[in-house]
Amino acid sequence: MIEIKNINKSFGQQQVLKGISTVFESGKCSLIIGRSGSGKTVLMNCLVGLLVPEQGQILYDSRDITKMDNKQKQGLRKEMGMLFQKNALFDSMTVEQNVQFPLDMFTDMGIKEKQERVNFCLSRVSLVNANAKFPSELSGGMMKRVALARAIVLNPKYLFCDEPNSGLDPKTAIVIDELIQEITVEFNITTIVNTHDMNSVMGIGDKVVYLFEGMKNWEGSSSEILKTDSDNLNDFIFASKFYKELRKAALK
Amino acid sequence: MGVLDGIGAYFILLYRSVAKPEKYSMYWREILRQMNDIGVGSFGIIAIVAVFIGAVTAVQFSIKLLAIGTIPMWWMGGIVRDSTVLELAPTISALLLAGKVGSNIASELGTMRISEQIDAMEIMGVNTRSYLIMPKIIGSMVIVPPLVITAMFLGIIGGLYAGTWGGFFTQEEYIRGLQDQFNPYYLTVLMIKSVVFGFLIASISCYKGYNVKGGALELGTASTDAVVMSSIAIIISNFIIAFVLL
Repeated sequence: MIEIKNINKSFGQQQVLKGISTVFESGKCSLIIGRSGSGKTVLMNCLVGLLVPEQGQILYDSRDITKMDNKQKQGLRKEMGMLFQKNALFDSMTVEQNVQFPLDMFTDMGIKEKQERVNFCLSRVSLVNANAKFPSELSGGMMKRVALARAIVLNPKYLFCDEPNSGLDPKTAIVIDELIQEITVEFNITTIVNTHDMNSVMGIGDKVVYLFEGMKNWEGSSSEILKTDSDNLNDFIFASKFYKELRKAALK
Repeated sequence: MGVLDGIGAYFILLYRSVAKPEKYSMYWREILRQMNDIGVGSFGIIAIVAVFIGAVTAVQFSIKLLAIGTIPMWWMGGIVRDSTVLELAPTISALLLAGKVGSNIASELGTMRISEQIDAMEIMGVNTRSYLIMPKIIGSMVIVPPLVITAMFLGIIGGLYAGTWGGFFTQEEYIRGLQDQFNPYYLTVLMIKSVVFGFLIASISCYKGYNVKGGALELGTASTDAVVMSSIAIIISNFIIAFVLL
């Protein structure tokens, strides 16, 4: 479980996060949504410790990352996996080497054991016969799968996904969403997804936190979104005519 | 103030890159990879340039000595030897490496930075300052001296062939000059210069590449800055070493 309490973060005069508090439970997919510039990425970077908030606490099962020194953060990060928007695969390494990298760095597994673990993770994300390929030879969806396999290879307790569907076609995006959700439940991971993809919101949002101008404007489940009377959130979620009609139909 | 900030940030980065490795075997593998990339990858260009630098030194000095007329031509061995050992082999090789290896290191780290690969390593719990920078510096400090020594031998051989083919001196005269008044301390100076230059090339290029912010344009600027700053640092440190040690 990750609990954040009254997070504030500024860059110079501009306050980007304003007193955000919420709880992300384990075994559930929690989505952070909001318009561009609402503070989603800054919040994600604070959560993983790449940025330090001026005020507030970020508790990983009662361990406050904002109070940790670099060494302690490094320790905690071995319990984290992250799926980056641009995948962040190591382009000089093959698929297999990418997934194996955390095992090489942090475990004392033998070669055979590592290979079995890599193959298990790759098969878990439905990526077979791609071990020897380089990232430049993969499609966008395949790269996401490799990045996801690498993120889960050390059995993380916490998984962070920054816009996992960005640049993917709708069908592949749904496949990636479903994978994230399945893995979250299967391994009881605390998963936090940063997105503005409405399919993800409706599909995998066990909990949705809506940010508006750096503040938490709304939180609830994906099913509650349909019934919310928050104009702000409705303007964002049901921005298109199609979604407005959809909402009307659903409410009827 | 900007320059002082930069120097301060450079030393802070170096300080932070000295840390206990997460896993020694991974760091060792990375050091070997860097030694291979820097050493094997640069051998060809270093060899070609060293041979011709030695050759041109022999030819130009020979023409001068012949014009003066009173100086024996067997001196040429000593002239080529000392100028190659003390100056040409370490400095020219280092400047070449600053261009080739420096831009390569800055581009590699810069690309990793802007494509979030460094962030990905950080999130995994890797100390990226240590893992990405220290092996490059150690690899460079280990492999640059053998490259410079190779350049030294090839430069002297280049001088021999250029001089004998040009009819300026015989092989026996050149070898007599090489053996005359040889000061082994000059080799110590050459080794010190090589190690210092190897350190400067790798550390400055790492600093420039690791701190890239932005996109392709900034990456190009960082790569150019790495070459320019390394070259300036080599020239200045060359003077300081010569001033202090000779």
